[in-house]
This record gives sequence, C-alpha cells and structure tokens, in this order.
Amino acid sequence: MGRLRKLLIPGVDKKLLVKDATRAMPDLVRRRFITGGASLGALTLLTGCDVVSSDSAEEMLKRVSKFNDAVQALIFNPYALAPTFPESAITKPFPFNGYYEVDDAPDIDGKDWKLEVSGLVENKKPWTLDELYKLPQQKQITRHICVEGWSAIGSWTGTPLSYFLKAIGADTSAKYCWFQCADRDGYNSPLDMESALHPQTIMAFKFADEILPRAYGYPMKIRVPTKLGFKNPKYVLSMEVTNDYKGGYWEDQGYNSFSGN
Amino acid sequence: MASLAATEQHTATAPKVIQPAWVRLMHWINAVAIILMILSGLQIYNASPLFRSLTFSSSITLGGWLAGGLLWHFAAMWLLMINGLAYLITGFATGRFKKKLLPISPRGVISDAVAALTFKLSHDDLSKYNQVQRLLYAGIIVVGIVIVLSGLSIWKPVQFQYLTALFGGYDIARYVHFFCMSTIVAFLTIHILLAVLVPKSLRAMIIGR
Repeated sequence: MGRLRKLLIPGVDKKLLVKDATRAMPDLVRRRFITGGASLGALTLLTGCDVVSSDSAEEMLKRVSKFNDAVQALIFNPYALAPTFPESAITKPFPFNGYYEVDDAPDIDGKDWKLEVSGLVENKKPWTLDELYKLPQQKQITRHICVEGWSAIGSWTGTPLSYFLKAIGADTSAKYCWFQCADRDGYNSPLDMESALHPQTIMAFKFADEILPRAYGYPMKIRVPTKLGFKNPKYVLSMEVTNDYKGGYWEDQGYNSFSGN
Repeated sequence: MASLAATEQHTATAPKVIQPAWVRLMHWINAVAIILMILSGLQIYNASPLFRSLTFSSSITLGGWLAGGLLWHFAAMWLLMINGLAYLITGFATGRFKKKLLPISPRGVISDAVAALTFKLSHDDLSKYNQVQRLLYAGIIVVGIVIVLSGLSIWKPVQFQYLTALFGGYDIARYVHFFCMSTIVAFLTIHILLAVLVPKSLRAMIIGR
C-alpha cells in the first residue's frame, strides 16, 4: 500500500495527501474526496444533474460496492486454485509494501508473541510461535496482486487456515475470520469464511523458505492468493471468528470489502 | 432485391429514420458509461502507472483517489456491460450490424478515405455508412469486447484464469486493457470531430432523423 500513498495524485504533496485521505480528514471531507474532482463538471453537464457533488453519489457508489461484494461471493469458486509458478518466476527483490516505511514496520519479538483466538471457537487458548510451527505446512508460489494494479510472484509456506480453524473447533458456518494486526494505526481486516477455508489460504510463517522476515509480516501473515494484497494481513496478533461485519482498515475507507481475485 | 426495392419505396413516402430509437438510447448510455470508465480508469492507472513517465492530471481523473476511482469503475462497469450486451444482441438479432457494417473491403476503405480527406465524400445519405465508417464502427465494437474481456481478466485472474491466460497472463492483460482504452480515446476524438463537421449526423443520433 506504500505505493498507493505515493501515486495518488501527481503534483500534490503526497505525504500530506496521505494523511488527509486516511486519518486527519473528517468523514464528510473524505466523502467529498472520493466523489469530487474537477472532471466532474463534465459529468454534470452530460447528465444534467449534480450527481457527483452530492452525498447521493457516495451512497450510490457504496451500495453498488456492496452489491459487488455479493456478486463476487457468487463468482467465487471454492475449488478454483490460484495459478502457481516455478521458483524461477519469483519476483526478486519481492517488494516491501505497507502504508508506512519499512523502518516503521512492526518489530515483534517472536518469543513473547502469541496468537490470540476469540469468537465462535471451542478452544480459545492462545498459540505460541513454537506451537504453530509444529502444525503441518504447505508451500505455494503464487501471484500477489495489489489493489493498485501491480503484481509480484512470491513463495510462502505455512499452515492451511482451514486446518487451524478445525484444530481450534471454529464454527466454520460463521461469516468471517477477522484479523487484528500490529501495524501502526491498527490495521485489521475481515476475511469471508469461504475464502478462509480455501485450500490455498495459509497462515504463512516463511517467505522463500526462510522464516518470514520483518518486512513481509513476521511472525505471521495470512496469505490469501484469491484476494488482493490488502486482504492478506501481516503481523497478525489475533483472529476472531464472527458473524458480524467489523469492517477493516482499508475497507472502511472505501475499498471494496470482498476484493477477490 | 425485392425487399430492397420495398425499403426504398417505403422511405420515399415516410420521413426516413436514420438512427432507430434503440440505437440512440444505447449510444448515449454507452457514451456516459465509457466516459465514466475512462476517467475512473485513469485514476486507477495513476496508482501504479504502466509507463513511468505517463500519469494523468487530477483534472481528468474521476474518484479523487484510488478507492474512489475503483468505486466509480466497478459501478460504471455494470452500465457498460449490460448496455453493451443489449447492443450486441439487438445489433445481431435485427440484422443491423450486417446491413450497416458489411461489406468492408480494403479497396473501398482506401478510396473512401481518400475521398474524405479531399472533401469529396458524400454525406447525402446518412443511413448508409461509408467504408471508413464501417471499418471504424466494426473495429470499435471489437475493441469494446476486448476491453471488457481484458478488464474481467484483471478483475478476476483466479476465477477467470483461463481468460487471463488467453491474454498472456495478468501483467500483459493490464497492457491490453490500457491500449484498448487508448484506442477508444483515439476513436472518440475522430468520432466527435466528424460529428461536429457533419452536424446532421449528430442530429440523427439525437432525434433520429
């Protein structure tokens, strides 16, 4: 997401814009930000009504986005596997990607870290990294696709989330796994249960056969090759199995919640 | 031949409708949809430019930032797709495409292009497209289909992975999508310019005659 911040609008102070777009802006202003833009004068002329400067455009767009969530859930085939690639196809160097600089990435001590589990699960015992490392793992070389459009091929190894959900006695008829992460400003994101149970959705502990480095989400990243990059949480602290839609860091700012590939 | 004669007879008595109502309606819906798609698409492009030195001014982008551009793009796509599908089905079913767009021959296109450039091309009968028009209109329909398919393959490279593979993979599909957009913009430029030069063609697309 770092690049997202850098390339929003050329010629505008990027750092300031980022702050404006994400945190500092009050809701109303942020809304104007989404629907505003000088080119919209032309649209007003075309349609004869002031669709874009009003809140109704914002509401309409949000409703369509929700409708698109439903359409994507319908399109989603739980048996369709993301294409896999040979080792030679791996993108080197694999880009660091965040809404902060790499130096500001969470620096987690694996010895103290525990994965908290809550919500609709039978066993809420927290998991240490050593315990998690003992679970069966699988490796995948898949394409990471960012909402910005760029993509990179990487290699991740870890435990299928479906295996872990069974191990903790999760109610897999619930709607979401909701992840809270250690990123600054409290990144979180909901993952629909069908995607969580997809055979390629893994709790990744390794990148390129090495323990997941800090830049890529140490100690644990949820790798979901059927989702855009921002739906692949890094630096995971906790997981809640829930029927409630709790929103997410990017989702709340207007990014489509399903965002499936 | 008999039916052709009948048509001619019919047109001699009644005022001639050059563009039927369904064509006009779908044309203008498509115009709104394609402009929304282009402007929001440029906004999305800016988030990760395919060409380092090419980004678009915020004065011609729609959405304000990436999330806004995506919201517009994935809303307007329904308008574009549903209207486009209806247009293709009606165009084939009514025989309009065959009647208006065929035949196209290289020789005809060249001679009509020369005539147009030397201002000798006749615009007396707007119901009959010249060869350059046929080529451009048929071509832009094909480009329209390719831009939708490449768009789908970028949007769903896992679910529609065979489509994505057909385009040579995700990254190449992005370029295809972008070049189709560029082609449409080039078409629009010529299209609008010619409509202004031959205003009665614009009138026909509004009131039908």
